[in-house]
Amino acid sequence: MIEALQYEFMRNALTAGLLAAVACGIIGCYVVVKRMVFISGGVSHASFGGIGLGYFLGISPIVGAFFFTITAALVMGVVTRRAKIPEDTSIGILWAIGMAMGIIFIGLTPGFPPDLMSYLFGNILIVTTADIIMMLILAAIIVFVVVLLYKEFLSLSFDEEFATVVGVPVEWLYFLLLCLIAFTVVVLIRVVGTILVIALLTIPAATARRFTHDLKKMMLLAILFGSLFTSGGLWLSYELDLASGAAIILVSGVTFLASLFVSRLPLMTRVGRG
Amino acid sequence: MTSKEVVCLEDVSAHYDGVPVLEGINLSIYQDDFLGIIGPNGGGKTTLLKIILGLVKPGRGRVSVFGDTPEKGRKYIGYVSQYSLFDRDFPASVWDVVMMGRLGKTGLFRKYSKQDREATLRALEAMEILDYKGQQIGKLSGGQRQRAFIARALVTDPELLLLDEPTASVDTPMKTDFYELLERLRQRMAIVLVSHDISTISIYVDKIACLNRELYYHSSKELAAEELEAAYRCPVEMIAHGVPHRILKEH
Ligand SMILES: Nc1ncnc2c1ncn2[C@@H]1O[C@H](COP(=O)(O)OP(=O)(O)OP(=O)(O)O)[C@@H](O)[C@H]1O
Ligand SMILES: [Mg+2]
Repeated sequence: MIEALQYEFMRNALTAGLLAAVACGIIGCYVVVKRMVFISGGVSHASFGGIGLGYFLGISPIVGAFFFTITAALVMGVVTRRAKIPEDTSIGILWAIGMAMGIIFIGLTPGFPPDLMSYLFGNILIVTTADIIMMLILAAIIVFVVVLLYKEFLSLSFDEEFATVVGVPVEWLYFLLLCLIAFTVVVLIRVVGTILVIALLTIPAATARRFTHDLKKMMLLAILFGSLFTSGGLWLSYELDLASGAAIILVSGVTFLASLFVSRLPLMTRVGRG
Repeated sequence: MTSKEVVCLEDVSAHYDGVPVLEGINLSIYQDDFLGIIGPNGGGKTTLLKIILGLVKPGRGRVSVFGDTPEKGRKYIGYVSQYSLFDRDFPASVWDVVMMGRLGKTGLFRKYSKQDREATLRALEAMEILDYKGQQIGKLSGGQRQRAFIARALVTDPELLLLDEPTASVDTPMKTDFYELLERLRQRMAIVLVSHDISTISIYVDKIACLNRELYYHSSKELAAEELEAAYRCPVEMIAHGVPHRILKEH
């Protein structure tokens, strides 16, 4: 692995993995504790519509995905909160519509897009410097917003009704959180692909949660786990010539399963606040 | 001597999906009131509190809270809801949760201040759960958790306290302590207490209302036997053992 880092593509891959770990470590914690896994799955799959739109318009698929995913996230937010349809039903419908739009757009584009598979299943080995810059900006925005609104997001996740009563703009923050989820999805597409994004949004946070009951510590641990998963998966894929996205997810999944057998670390369960 | 009116409902009606839950409610709550609200299950007590808090919009009528809309006025209200549905594994300590009561005082984008931490400490002390401050909220017993939620309401420094069956799962010594705490708090704020425990609350409150879609209330601690019977749809003797004479109107 160390000698592999002399190649620029490997350095880029490692950097992309670490940036992805920061984004999914932070936002993944909200996804897991606020029980937003399904809506995040919907948002991440709907992002495929944006990739198709990117091809169709002849712009970068990732740029298409950026705008399309934010729109999809906000539409899902409005529909799930306003319409009198069960939340999972409306998410399921929008999830499928997003993907269908992607397929239609790609069908309308002449020729078969050569790198389609890398958007579906990710290919961390072909991440460009431009991708890295975009990922860096999105990750920085995520960190900035969460640092600024940490206590509000905590109350929103814990008890929306009480947060509303004490004057937290709950609805507004919920939509902001959806936008951050969309950002994270876009960051992760390059790494694991639209189909597998949901795994990185949930597994690092779910693993971290087994070791602490403090949200801040959970986020830091999730970032740590995410970094281990992406770099471990990258190493596996380099050594054994496996698809990188799938390798990352397998490393994550196996670690999570292993964590189920590890009893909670006594040191970390009792940390109080002063 | 006139006391300030903190909440005023005029001819308020509410319904869920077309089913009426409250009808023609007129209610004034004053600065120094300690009002008990009783009524059968499904009578609309929780809905009434939520209307005051602006969480439920009335179908008809006018609601004013501290002379403003519920959305603006509710920052002066401390609220303990009847049920708190949250994930038992939620990563927050008792301290984190009680501190949430300070959100409105601190404001967006700011860190909690020294005052916020001191207020949290006092509320935890008052509810005797200071020892558990580092404990995960979901790992407390039902009664301890209820104390934490009461502390979270107190920490907002409210001028009106809305309590929806706050002592439902609190043990008897704590219940007594809690009512004594309310006795002290009522010097500083108006209190509305929803409870099924008619015998206990009739000792402490100084006004009592009975709600079953309609509100039976005379700004006093007395209700007519017929009203109680109408609200509960059963003979007065069955409503609570030996209690009603304390709140029943003499004929
Ligand atoms: N979210 C809701 N959607 C539809 N109907 C509701 C909803 N909340 C309450 N109701 C209905 O409104 C009526 C009044 O409910 P509410 O919770 O206000 O009663 P309550 O007096 O607090 O009862 P309890 O003593 O059981 O707490 C009930 O018949 C209930 O079925
Ligand atoms: Mg109720």
